[in-house]
Amino acid sequence: MADAGNDYRLRCLKQMLRIRLVEETIAERYAEQEMRCPVHLSIGQEASAVGVCDALLSDDRLFSSHRSHAHYLAKGGNLKAMMAEIYGKRDGCIGGRGGSMHLMDPDVGMMASIPIVASSIPLATGTALSDKFDKNGKVTISFLGDACLEEGVFHESANFAKLRGLPIVYVCENNLYSVYTKLADRQPDRPLTDIPAAHGIAHRHVDGNDLEAVREAALWAVETARSGNPTFLQLDTYRWREHCGPNYDNHIGYRTEEEFQTWRLQDPLERYRKALEESGTLGPASFADLEKNTQAEVNDAFAFAITSPLPEPTEALAHVYA
Amino acid sequence: MSMPEATSAPDAPVINMGTAIRDGLLEAARRDPSVIFFGEGVEDPAALFGTLKDIGKHIGHDRMIEMPIAENGLIGIAIGAAMAGKRPVVSLQRVEFALLALEQILNNAAKAHYVSNGRHNVPLVLRMIVGRGWGQGPEHSQSMEAIFAHVPGLKVIMPAFAEDAKGMIAAAVEDDNPVVVIEHRWSHYTTSPVAEGYLHRPLDGPRTVRKGDGLTIVATSYMTLEAVRAADKLAEAGYPVEVLDLRVIRPLNLDPIVESVARTRRLMTVDTGFRMFGIGAEIASEVTSRCFDLLDAAPVRLGLPDHPTPSSRGLVKGFYPDAARIARTAAEMMGLDDTRISAMEEEILADRKDLPLDVPDPFFKGPF
Repeated sequence: MADAGNDYRLRCLKQMLRIRLVEETIAERYAEQEMRCPVHLSIGQEASAVGVCDALLSDDRLFSSHRSHAHYLAKGGNLKAMMAEIYGKRDGCIGGRGGSMHLMDPDVGMMASIPIVASSIPLATGTALSDKFDKNGKVTISFLGDACLEEGVFHESANFAKLRGLPIVYVCENNLYSVYTKLADRQPDRPLTDIPAAHGIAHRHVDGNDLEAVREAALWAVETARSGNPTFLQLDTYRWREHCGPNYDNHIGYRTEEEFQTWRLQDPLERYRKALEESGTLGPASFADLEKNTQAEVNDAFAFAITSPLPEPTEALAHVYA
Repeated sequence: MSMPEATSAPDAPVINMGTAIRDGLLEAARRDPSVIFFGEGVEDPAALFGTLKDIGKHIGHDRMIEMPIAENGLIGIAIGAAMAGKRPVVSLQRVEFALLALEQILNNAAKAHYVSNGRHNVPLVLRMIVGRGWGQGPEHSQSMEAIFAHVPGLKVIMPAFAEDAKGMIAAAVEDDNPVVVIEHRWSHYTTSPVAEGYLHRPLDGPRTVRKGDGLTIVATSYMTLEAVRAADKLAEAGYPVEVLDLRVIRPLNLDPIVESVARTRRLMTVDTGFRMFGIGAEIASEVTSRCFDLLDAAPVRLGLPDHPTPSSRGLVKGFYPDAARIARTAAEMMGLDDTRISAMEEEILADRKDLPLDVPDPFFKGPF
């Protein structure tokens, strides 16, 4: 079994597996019509969330977007509270006010998920500004999709972050699609990293399905940011399911089955499991055990969410004003 | 019934509202090191019409953050800083610049507390200035309180008087919610004795600035001054009317308005925005719903006509409601005969003499 140096490897494998099982269970049970909110699954993209978050301290901050399950869990969010939120229940992480697209838990640095494309980027830049004022050493991660690079507010934020030397890492999960529109139809053929580079921001571009590559790049980015130099990571990855919802949508005509299969072979979880087994870090029976135990935890969280009560309508009036 | 707060001692220094706002901001920033300022030209020689003058000298220049020309991004950054414990004050030279940041203001500032189930606060002040006069034209002179007041989660205030503004701006900084402060450039010129040192005026809705039984006028911002002038003329003529300075647009406290209308049986609203879909519409509608039986006349709304603000002083003639129109409308609602109304109207216009339409009236140098 693993030596101390391999602890993070097993930890990351377990996190990726946990996220995968949670999301596959969501996909499986979505048809029951009890999770009555949109869900954006990141099955196939687990390595970016896990690799980045493993480079963080627990009080570092993180902002996410509409596709936030993996980020929330990787940052240490409470699984039961997440499932209750998706089920619209009172024990949800924000009491049913936001659903799947508004996951947050500031106690673990999960500051907010904002479903408007690029809308959380300036918020993240703002906490980084505040933390720089306070000299508290915290770093903020701003997870964004490739489409965010088309929004003006990314440029406005990046310009300011570089100008002010803020402790922030912009992490671009490039999954090639904005809903059904491919990157090539939205942006000219040029490296995405040219954009942060134009703002003078240091950057790296790695295979977003390679956990080790992501984690190593994140360690660099986070430590660089901590010293007051904002950084940018481009992590290439791919979402397996439809943009919003539990299904596969390769048949509807915006992407090819062939393309999907090419990426399917790059499954970050499977790649990492194999690598750990081949290196002897993971014993032959260990993964099956891990899967069984994790699925049990996931099932518990679903049971918790299902039994949690719906909030009362009057609770909707609370927290409009502080 | 909301009564006027005790005013400062008459021997307090007489200053204008722009300076009073500056003093209020400085006092609030001195008391709380988490107050930081953002603005385009936050420390330039003009210091945002003097409203930020020398603040950096007193509290440290690192708390004065020059904004790149990026309103949405920078207001979002201020919201993020507020979520992390700062009290940012963002100052915009014109209301229109806030339109570039509506996404952040309406989605994140207004909702962060709600969608965090009360875990995040956004103690943010967004100052924006209405730039009436001197040909400012369609995109530099709008008053957009209705847009901000429409959205739950924001507070919207519009001070009209110097001392009130000083106390309200400090209260806005101390408030744990995002507060939109819409400052009318012509109100900036108004003067009155203003208490020195720290002053706090709660953000709690209308204040009665003239008492009378003939009619209730609910006015906002600079229009309060025009309404006061009209009320003074009406009182001289023997028809005192009540003027409520709304002060706080959201949360809208209707009770004092309803209480006043129940007594006067007539309501007029005068606001700085477009009449259609405006603040007056909301007030007239609510008051009518609540005390329809007590009304002797249909409520009347005065506001801007249904076209953008033209630049030329030729085209802008008659565009803004003024004291003469307010007095005439009020007198008609009270059933005065036309000869008396015309005489009063002429007196008001004569006071203004041949002063051009596009500059503030020196009458508005108080005290009020």
